[in-house]
Amino acid sequence: MNLIDKQLVQNKMNNRIIKSRIMRTVFFLATSFGIAVLAVLLYRVFSQGLPYLDWQFLTNFASRFPEEAGIKAAIFGTLWVMAVTAPVSIVLGVGTAIYLEEYAKENKFTRFIRMNISNLAGVPSVVFGLLGLTVFVRLLEMGRSVMAGGLTMSLLIMPIIVVAAQEAIRSIPQNQYEASYAMGATKWQTVRRVILPAAIPGMLTGSILALSRAIGETAPLLTIGAMSFVAYVPGSIRDSFTVLPIQIYNWTGRPQEEFHIIASAGIIVLLVALILMNSIAVFIRNKFSKRY
Amino acid sequence: MTNAPENKQVTITNTIEPDKEDKKTIYSIDNFNLWYGDNQALYDVQLDIPVNKVTAIIGPSGCGKSTFIKSLNRLVELVPSVKMSGSIKYNDKEIFSPKFKVEDLRTSVGMVFQNPNPFPKSIYENVVYGPKTHGIKKKKILDEIVEKSLKEAALWDEVKDRLNENAFGLSGGQQQRLCIARCLAIEPEVILMDEPTSALDPISTTRIEELVQELKKDYSIAIVTHNMQQAARISDRTAFFLNGEVIEYNDTDKLFSNPDDKRTEDYITGRFG
Repeated sequence: MNLIDKQLVQNKMNNRIIKSRIMRTVFFLATSFGIAVLAVLLYRVFSQGLPYLDWQFLTNFASRFPEEAGIKAAIFGTLWVMAVTAPVSIVLGVGTAIYLEEYAKENKFTRFIRMNISNLAGVPSVVFGLLGLTVFVRLLEMGRSVMAGGLTMSLLIMPIIVVAAQEAIRSIPQNQYEASYAMGATKWQTVRRVILPAAIPGMLTGSILALSRAIGETAPLLTIGAMSFVAYVPGSIRDSFTVLPIQIYNWTGRPQEEFHIIASAGIIVLLVALILMNSIAVFIRNKFSKRY
Repeated sequence: MTNAPENKQVTITNTIEPDKEDKKTIYSIDNFNLWYGDNQALYDVQLDIPVNKVTAIIGPSGCGKSTFIKSLNRLVELVPSVKMSGSIKYNDKEIFSPKFKVEDLRTSVGMVFQNPNPFPKSIYENVVYGPKTHGIKKKKILDEIVEKSLKEAALWDEVKDRLNENAFGLSGGQQQRLCIARCLAIEPEVILMDEPTSALDPISTTRIEELVQELKKDYSIAIVTHNMQQAARISDRTAFFLNGEVIEYNDTDKLFSNPDDKRTEDYITGRFG
């Protein structure tokens, strides 16, 4: 007694195969859409900006005259802000991750903090800008300085670094902990000599990706009032500053067509910096990925 | 390439040499209970582990053998939900007393695990991990420790020319002997072994078994094993665990030839487990 009608199976066969092919095309189109948009964007930016990109553009300050305008102040501003953001966010982020993974007792409070760090990573960046404005610029009277900008950016990317560092720590097998503790190592010795060496590649990758996000962020720095026209290089963390994305944003907002073109040149510089940082992150991940 | 362990002239600096003859037991476990959360894993465990003997712990999967051996160096406390009651005395000192530091205990009790777990470091760095942890920094002493430990673990001849290579490049059996060397490097009194050969091929297993026979001259060894022939071959005393209880603890010869308990007999004759 056959429960399956072979004829029916035959009739449905073509339909099923066609459906499968259609879905394949749909998914392919979905992917192509993103790539196409990226290609158009890159084409526009590069075709507009590349002719303008020269050494002078990198070494000139902003100017009223498009042909003289450059991004020196923005490049140095970005470097200054990162010089504050990178150490602060990495030390705080990695420290938080180590505490949460290694030291914190498993209880409601810890779970609450864990959950909210992930939530924090999803808070819109402009909100961090408002926080920076209230706390750093006004309350702590740092003004619109590199310091205030850098600290605001640290807050923005710290949750990302915490999550990446937690992942890196969690990927270390239990037997490594056992080996270390069984020889009488203390918690700190285990962290320093087993956990950190094994987790640093992952932490570094996450930190670089987080920093590259910070470099591209505009909103928080606009909110705390970073300048858009700066004709000098910041000399200390108390000076006011501008950064690449703000400079670009400022140029695209101007009525003259020429400024739109130099904005494209600025975007190329920013993109190259970001791609460079992301490649370093990928390189570190591939080179040091541990096999246990 | 078997290398005869001709290197047994090394004297182990045990703390109190003259005392050793009288002191028959190194561990005495009394009325020891252990829970993971609400599940009780060990019930009223009561046994003494003798000095300079091999004590085997056998039993079916999930009977609490590994839990028990990890209680002896308090490594079981890595599980957050664990609760314990009763007493484990090491050299007549209660290991759970607040005065007895866990780091101190683990400095004189080494452990070898089921799966080889070297650190992703060089062979040399693996061996000196323990001594460095305990604050020994002189390069000359560390070099000597490496040579001595690797010789004791019967690995020296195979690796002496590549001490700076990563330990992950070794075979499974070599990695396990490296882990034994790493454990010997802290000059422990006791070596706990948690199924040390279950992940190894028969040849590596034989080598580790021979090694255990050598090591018991200088160390007290407790070994968990799944393999009853192994327990019969290498141990002096055997404890049979079932569902978290010690069913029988006896001289190995006695336990395997003429067990007191019916359940032991059933297990060793293969009727269950």
